[in-house]
Amino acid sequence: MADISLSPPLVVGYKKISDVTDDICRPMERWPGGTWWMAFAVAFSMLLLGAVAITYEIATGIGTWGLNPTVGWAMGITNFVFWIGIGHAGTLISAILFLFRQRWRTGVNRAAEAMTLFAVMCAGLFPIIHMGRPWFGYWIFPYPNFRGSLWMNFRSPLAWDAFAISTYFLISLTFWYVGLIPDLATVRDRAKPGFRKTIFSIFSLGWDGAYRTWNRYELVYLLLAGLATPLVVSVHTIVSWDFATAVIPGWHATIFPPYFVAGAIFSGMAMVLTLMIIARKVMGLEAYINLRHLDVMSKLIVLTGSIVGFSYMTEFFTAQYGNNMYEQFVFLNRAMGPFAWAYWTMVSCNVIIPQFLWFRKIRHSWTLVFIITIFVNIGMWFERFVIIVTSLHRDYLPSSWASYTPTSVEIAILIGSFGLFFTLFLIFCRLLPVIAIAEIKGVLKHGAHIEEAH
Amino acid sequence: MSQFQLMGIFDDEDGVKSAVRAAKEQGLRIVEVYTPYAIHGLERLLGLKRSRLSIVCLIAGALGAGLKLWFEIWASAIDWPINVGGKPWNSLPAFVPITFEVMVLFAGLFTVLALFMVTRLYPGKQAAIIHPQVTNDRFAVLIEESDASFDVDRVREMLKQHGAVEVTERLTAEVPA
Repeated sequence: MADISLSPPLVVGYKKISDVTDDICRPMERWPGGTWWMAFAVAFSMLLLGAVAITYEIATGIGTWGLNPTVGWAMGITNFVFWIGIGHAGTLISAILFLFRQRWRTGVNRAAEAMTLFAVMCAGLFPIIHMGRPWFGYWIFPYPNFRGSLWMNFRSPLAWDAFAISTYFLISLTFWYVGLIPDLATVRDRAKPGFRKTIFSIFSLGWDGAYRTWNRYELVYLLLAGLATPLVVSVHTIVSWDFATAVIPGWHATIFPPYFVAGAIFSGMAMVLTLMIIARKVMGLEAYINLRHLDVMSKLIVLTGSIVGFSYMTEFFTAQYGNNMYEQFVFLNRAMGPFAWAYWTMVSCNVIIPQFLWFRKIRHSWTLVFIITIFVNIGMWFERFVIIVTSLHRDYLPSSWASYTPTSVEIAILIGSFGLFFTLFLIFCRLLPVIAIAEIKGVLKHGAHIEEAH
Repeated sequence: MSQFQLMGIFDDEDGVKSAVRAAKEQGLRIVEVYTPYAIHGLERLLGLKRSRLSIVCLIAGALGAGLKLWFEIWASAIDWPINVGGKPWNSLPAFVPITFEVMVLFAGLFTVLALFMVTRLYPGKQAAIIHPQVTNDRFAVLIEESDASFDVDRVREMLKQHGAVEVTERLTAEVPA
């Protein structure tokens, strides 16, 4: 075992270039095993449950949710912010770490980007089904119409959100696809003539590995990374403005953008780890996603988790120190009111439990890190729930105070969104190379000499 | 007229680099190098210029931002001004987020489209595979006979010396366009 503290190899074991191709392509070329089918059956059933619930909700009306005039946003928006946050780690890994020349990102970037796309799809679903009349959802975009033309209000953060998320989805998709092209060509050249080869030929756009193409390709990849980096920060900033521009105590805070961005990366990194810890085992990719990834990503979780914890404290302190009784009340109500259980779940999962990752022993245990990431996923869902529901349910006028309980329809839709996410991810694992083959080949020699010395 | 070419097949990036360096020193014409991944530093050895695609990115971004900002001002202040919470018709700061998003969208999409255009990548194109393993684990260096001083045996020897596992001869007529 190589020493982690030195610059360890990115790929463990003595892999030849052709081994990389074989190892990554093999799971795509054989019929999926029993584990995959079982996972797929579960995920797809969850998706179907969600589809039934959404159909019922749209056919009947938004009254099937537990919302009331006081708590007008609850689980739907919680899920939306949760899923958007999950997506952000993918872009962090693929773009920001690329610009910082973090070579270890190569092992996980493809899967993390795929996760971004699927998470944004799940997120995009919620604002649409939250509308009373989802079939008019396109009204959020300006288009010439017979009402004037009556344009939309460009001053609204909700309109910014629609633009931010559509752009985010399209740019992430482009980035992911551009990264896939050389690997699609590799798969194409391995495939036996037939339907599969034809499909891969079409999508690999006739890639032939010419260095002149590579040279331009690398530049475009860098440009896309440079564009995606401010984009990802802007997306969650705009999501946080959905709240921060409102005058609701508990929402109206300038700390929201950095706090939301850190939280997004925190939750997303946990989700990447959750998925990759399973995928490496099931797909036999232990050499490519190894202890080094576990170590670095755990450290990122500690870092972003601590930023999130610090934000909670800052928020609380500012509210109590400021002379606004409504702000003071909202935060005391969060910690001691009827939703205290949600608040303390959030604090334990997001602030306390990730601190265990300071210990190297824990950071190097696949099982323990997996358990911690599950807690972080739960905690970050509750963070959004706490921000949204506790701020709304008791605002300025005690006469309008209310409570909120999700209905079975809302819970089914939440389960459905997880179903959609996992179904898409499982299909992705079977159809496309889950690791960037060409990029791994480029870093194969990194640290190889250190391994030899041991 | 068909051109005579020598193709050296390598199984290691270091061999490719040293062969390219030697070929450049001897003044040989390298038609193209085919690699399974982007070898860093090879563009300097080959003397490739930095691509101008970053200019496309800049122009597309400026175009997107400009068009969107104009549209937002035109729609909110000129075509149909609507009073929203007493905000000014032209609420420039509030127009910034969408302007930014559209700038990124234009810059990203147009740069990738430009890449596909200059590198002639399009769906349905038949890949001109120079060697069946070039997208797996082999590197191909293609050297062309440029003048009468081209000595086939010497070039072949040079490629072998730098670690070519295989050297083949070909005529350009065979090279798929």
